Amino acid sequence: MTRFITSSFSHLILLIGILIMVVPVWMIFASSTHTSSMINMNGLQMFLGDSFYENYLRVLLYQGGFFKEITALKMFFNSFIMATGVAILSVVTSLMAAYALVYYRIKHATLLFWIIFITILVPLELRIFPTYSVMAELNLVNSYFGLIVPISASAIATLFFRQFYKTVPDELLESAKLDGANTWRFFVDFLIPLSKTMIVAMLIFMFVFGYNQYLWPLLVTTSEQYWTVVMGLKMMSGSIVHRFAFVIMSMVPPILIIIVLQKHFIKGVFQDK
Amino acid sequence: MSFLDLKNVTKIYPNGTKAVHETSLSINEGEFMVFVGPSGCGKSTLLRMVAGLEDITEGDINLDGKLMNEVDPSERDVAMVFQNYALYPHMNVYNNLAYGLKNRGIDKETIEQKVNDAAKLLQISDYLQRKPSMLSGGQRQRVAMGRAIVRNPKIFLFDEPLSNLDAKLRIQMRLEIKKLQQKVGVTSIFVTHDQVEAMTLADRLAVINNGIIEQLGTPIEIYDNPKSLFVAGFIGSPQMNFLDGNLKNKTLSAEGFEIKDINSDYEGEVTLGIRPEHLIQTENGLINLKVDLVEQLGSDNLVYGQLKNKKDFCYRCPGNQTIEKGSNLSLNIENNKHYIFDKSTGKRVN
Ligand SMILES: Nc1ncnc2c1ncn2[C@@H]1O[C@H](COP(=O)(O)OP(=O)(O)OP(=O)(O)O)[C@@H](O)[C@H]1O
Ligand SMILES: [Mg+2]
Repeated sequence: MTRFITSSFSHLILLIGILIMVVPVWMIFASSTHTSSMINMNGLQMFLGDSFYENYLRVLLYQGGFFKEITALKMFFNSFIMATGVAILSVVTSLMAAYALVYYRIKHATLLFWIIFITILVPLELRIFPTYSVMAELNLVNSYFGLIVPISASAIATLFFRQFYKTVPDELLESAKLDGANTWRFFVDFLIPLSKTMIVAMLIFMFVFGYNQYLWPLLVTTSEQYWTVVMGLKMMSGSIVHRFAFVIMSMVPPILIIIVLQKHFIKGVFQDK
Repeated sequence: MSFLDLKNVTKIYPNGTKAVHETSLSINEGEFMVFVGPSGCGKSTLLRMVAGLEDITEGDINLDGKLMNEVDPSERDVAMVFQNYALYPHMNVYNNLAYGLKNRGIDKETIEQKVNDAAKLLQISDYLQRKPSMLSGGQRQRVAMGRAIVRNPKIFLFDEPLSNLDAKLRIQMRLEIKKLQQKVGVTSIFVTHDQVEAMTLADRLAVINNGIIEQLGTPIEIYDNPKSLFVAGFIGSPQMNFLDGNLKNKTLSAEGFEIKDINSDYEGEVTLGIRPEHLIQTENGLINLKVDLVEQLGSDNLVYGQLKNKKDFCYRCPGNQTIEKGSNLSLNIENNKHYIFDKSTGKRVN
């Protein structure tokens, strides 16, 4: 009986937590399906209205920005390119950097690693002007390349992969060598499949990181053609319901990525145990 | 030149540890060589130099007429079975076996045939689709062997492959390895610190101590004729009994008895070695043993006790003899099978 009480108590706390997180999001979603005048007169709504298609389609296709050059659809496209680019590029570079640090006979590999690691203390926001001027010199302002590259070196991901590689037993490398695997084959045939779970986790993490960027895209794009969703959140003008609809839609891509990749993530975790 | 030739091979690790001292050794084609010695004596280091996994500090290793010193392990055409098997955890058994062949650019059908042949030989055909984590210790062991066999390498290297198995399985796998090696006929080096394993598997045996080969020979040669105190103590179970003594005018005075007409001109402090199985009970024997403990193994009895001067001593007798705890036995050395070693250098003198 006491067990029942304690467990219902903890469930209650969890439920309250969920409500605190979900209710505001729901209210925005519900409100975004009403007309503006309805919201302006009656405040936020708890129940769905009937303007869902109308509002969302308008937001997606509306030519926004100061010069009316960009639609929300294009912003989603830009954000997707940017986030995917950051995720893939940072995972690939971290995998390779960690591989070199752990498996090549580099002098002072540990020192090098810590030098890479302390870049965590120098986030983009701190070095934004030098980074900008480099990009400007390279003529990469207003390009996807310029959006992606400067934020794609991830010390965190390098740390994770390095720590993982260090737990891979030496005998595995040795027996792969005796089986005729060269350095490249060992990387591709062993380390990548063995770290699959971690790669997926890092892809999710870095995708969300790239997607959430605000300051850097703001600085490195002057053309509205390169606006991203997060920039759009700030820049979008329009009626309240349209903004709500945009907010709701901006949450969809990260959620989708997590749902899609999580399957592999969990499968990976359980398969190799 | 023989199949595998080690000439003055030395290994000094970067931290200064000298693990192998100027070692020379020749192994013939098809031979089963066993390196045996206590933990830390440099067996693995020597083996790993043959495999190419450790650099050779000094000396030469020739395999099949080719100098191996600078050859990459992937090019040496050797196969190794590790103590913890080192199976590829993310590949199923089939791919574990096939991987080395794929890297050699062999076509699919040939690979399939070779893998299936090896799997049949090792009785692992039923597990080909399983991942290593879904196999028992013995099955993993077989997969590790299979991975070595499919490639048909010039030489098999085994680094204590049986030490993770339980006693019964160890004996069974030991037998299988020996049979398999005879069937396949590949030159093999097997590292172990278990002297029974060494004796049963070896065509020839290298007893290693502190990075030096103390003695090289067939198991029987080494058992019958140990050249040093270390070898005498290491090979044979239960261990040889050692007594202090003094040799003068071909007469050995040991602890409580004398042996005359020793076949040696050495004079001085010596250690007398007598194997427990080289003793017989007689009346008025040289050695008086007060029995503390009898281990009945069925076929044999191991009798542990003390000599007059409280020195521990062991005697092995057939299992059909009943020996009471606390009784006194009078023993003689059978056929004069005793070993005398220089006490200071450990070298055999008779
Ligand atoms: N990488 C290394 N760096 C420095 N010293 C080492 C290294 N590997 C081994 N040694 C030392 O070299 C000596 C021989 O080691 P080795 O592994 O060859 O012993 P072993 O005979 O295989 O012992 P075991 O039966 O315990 O496996 C030991 O004293 C060990 O401490
Ligand atoms: Mg060893």
